[in-house]
This record gives sequence, structure tokens and C-alpha cells, in this order.
Amino acid sequence: MREYTEKIKEIAARLLKEGKIDVFIGFKKGSVPMMNEPAIVAAAEKANELFWDSNCGVNLCNYLTKRTDRIGIVANGCTSRNIVTHIIENQIKREQLYIVGVPCTGMIDQRAIKRAFKDKEILEAEEKDGQIIVKGKDVEEAFEKKDFLQRNCAVCLHRNPVIYDELVGEKVPEQQDMEAFKDVKKIEAMESEDKWGFFTRMISPCIRCYACRNACPLCYCTTCFVDESQPQWVGKSIDPTDTMTFHILRAYHCAGRCTDCGACERACPMGINLRQFTKKLNKDALELFAWEAGLSEEQRPPMDVYKVDDYNDFVK
Amino acid sequence: MNDWQPKITTFLCNWCSYGAADLAGVSRFQYPPYFRIIRVPCSARVSPKFILAALRHGADGVWVSGCHPGDCHYLEGNYYARRKFALLKGLLEHVGIEPGRLHFSWISSAEATKFADVAKGVAAEVKALGPARHFIKARAEVA
Repeated sequence: MREYTEKIKEIAARLLKEGKIDVFIGFKKGSVPMMNEPAIVAAAEKANELFWDSNCGVNLCNYLTKRTDRIGIVANGCTSRNIVTHIIENQIKREQLYIVGVPCTGMIDQRAIKRAFKDKEILEAEEKDGQIIVKGKDVEEAFEKKDFLQRNCAVCLHRNPVIYDELVGEKVPEQQDMEAFKDVKKIEAMESEDKWGFFTRMISPCIRCYACRNACPLCYCTTCFVDESQPQWVGKSIDPTDTMTFHILRAYHCAGRCTDCGACERACPMGINLRQFTKKLNKDALELFAWEAGLSEEQRPPMDVYKVDDYNDFVK
Repeated sequence: MNDWQPKITTFLCNWCSYGAADLAGVSRFQYPPYFRIIRVPCSARVSPKFILAALRHGADGVWVSGCHPGDCHYLEGNYYARRKFALLKGLLEHVGIEPGRLHFSWISSAEATKFADVAKGVAAEVKALGPARHFIKARAEVA
């Protein structure tokens, strides 16, 4: 995906020069390897800073919320779906946006690479022909990118942007015959007691830093429920019940909106598999309401509409 | 264990199920006394936060009851509520809350017999599960 970089630079510079946009939101190379940082570029000369490779897992849609200027933005499959969600939730107007679509082959799970590199310090990582070449002190190792994808990217069904004004390259083939909800089904098959054990263990390292919330483009309430105090819905301690309440409600707020972009998991400093919560809601939204988030600007989201003959079996 | 009486937080819609409970009482229908009834203006008023709060505070079961689809006093509140609860129930049961703890029903204000029947059913299911063990905030709330 490195090859998109030049094209992105060129498009950003052109748009800024022509005055079509006020700012361009993309990525620039981060100060540590395998960590690109979001960049907001306002001048054509600065467009050279822009960069793109398989470490652009931060969801740029986060930076669009309630902006009033004209924006150019780089968007791969999931980011574009979040932009659609933003548009239907009136957080941004389509007319303000110039979307530079990036067909995506998945982001790298840098934690997995670090583990495979046996926790030696990574000084440089380069992407070439589907391989990640990682350099440490006196060592160099090559990894196949497809074996080190972020977990959400490995089961991604929408790699190509759903809306865009311009593409930086040919569309990539979508992944076929892949079971997207395998992990959810595995948990569903468990007994309640085991499920509780699984989730309690899973979130036990949580330090309640709210990085998952902040990284999520869906979380834009002016006052988050965790900050509400009268009544206080969830305590601020790392009491296991409070932590569980936080995770359940955080996930529930994403019901029918989550695009499975993986930003929450990527942001989590403790490596918690947060998508296990949202994935279940995605599965239910698909099965009960035939809904996948962010695919259409015309349809209202599932929690905003109803059908007379909706799923009713759980009601007495 | 047989003496144990569950606490079931019950949210009843003012326009129907609350009336049904009233009618069941006036009609002297018997049903178990485990329910702590909270009157709400509509089943859609019940936020998932309420249900979580009830469980956090030690409720052994939660029951939400509203008007039949199509009969909402606010025309469509219960349709939205139904979607909301379908996903919530799925999520809570996915993380390990036992299926018998969360109950939803549609009961009109004339259906006092249905109210008593559903109450008996809910009570029996919650009682069979025993006291809630998970998702209870044991420590005092600190603001």
C-alpha cells in the first residue's frame, strides 16, 4: 500500500492549490516505527508530509465531527463507511467533503509483529510487495503481511471505499468465503457461566483509560455517560462491575453503527479484544434488521427506524 | 433456598401494563410478590442504563412491559423499544447474564389475567436461576 503515498500527496497538493478544500486530513509518518500519526494539512507545500502504508489504523473520521470547513480526507473501506455514518447522523455534510478513496488490503497488527520479533526493539519497518521487513539492532526479518493483519482486517468484507470522489488506485478484490462472525458464534455456543468468565477475564486488564472510546469515530456525545454524575450510571473505579458496565454500554452505543474498523482494539494499551462486544451487536443487527453500518447514505440506521413485523420472539 | 424471594425490578408502561397490574390487583388475581414496580411513561422510556443499573444494584431479574405493537400511546414508542431491547438482550446474554433474568412483554390495560400469568412465569424463571451472582456492584458507589 506504500505506492498510494505519492498519489495521495499529489491529490492533496492539487486540491489545496486549487482552493477546493481548506484542509486535508491524512497520515504522516510517526516518530516510532509502525505507528503513523494523523495529519491535518492546510497548505499545499505541506502535502509532502503525507504518507500511507499498512500502519494507518487510526480512524480519520474522528477528526471530521462537526467541522464546518471544506475537507479533503483519505478513506479506506471502514473509514469511508464511518464517513457515511457521520453523514446520516448529521455530523458532517457530504458537500464539505472531498473523499480520496484508498482500496485497502488491511492494516498490520503491530503487536503481533512485535511478538513475532520476539520483543526485540524494532528500529525500522518497511513494507514491500506484501512483506513487512522489520529491522532491529543487527537483525532483520521479513514477515508476510497477510499473516499479521489486524483481527478485524482479516475478516473485512468491505476493503474498498463505499463513497469517494477519487480513487488512488485500482479497486482490490473483496475477501470471499470468509466467516466474519466465527468468534462470536464460538462464544454464543458457550454456557452463561463460561461466557461471563470469558468476558470477565477479557476485560480484567482494563485500566479505564477510555482510549477505546476516544479512538472511536462513533463516540461524539458532548457528555459521555461515564462522565454523568446525576445519576451516576457507572462508577469511576476499576471495580470489575464498573468496568463491565462501561464496556457493555460503550458497545451498546455503537449498536447498528459500528463498522468494525478496529480503532478501539488498536488504541487499547492493554490489548483487550474489545471487538468481541461490538461484533455481537453487528451480528444481531445483520440478522435481525438486515443492516450493515455505513453502506448507504439513503437508509436510516436501524435504531432510528422500525418495522411493524420486527423480531418479536423474545417478547412475551 | 426455597424461602428465598427474588427481587425483580419491573418497568411498567403507564398506559397499559401499569393499568393491567392495577386491574389484576382490583380483580384479586394472585401473583408472586417479588416485583418492584416502577411506572414509566412508555416502554421506550426505559433506557438500557436503567436495566444495567437495576442489575448493578442487585436485582435478580428485570421485566419491562409495554403496550402491544400498534397500541402505543405515543404511536410508535414500543416499536423503537423493541429494536432497542432485542439488541440489548442479545448483548447482555452474550456476556453471560443468564437468559431467564431479562423479560419483556406486551400487556394491555385490559389484560389483567395475562399480567398475572406473565408475572408468575417471570417469577418462576428468576426463582429457578437463584440469586444474581454476576454484575453486582458490591462496593459502595463513590462519586
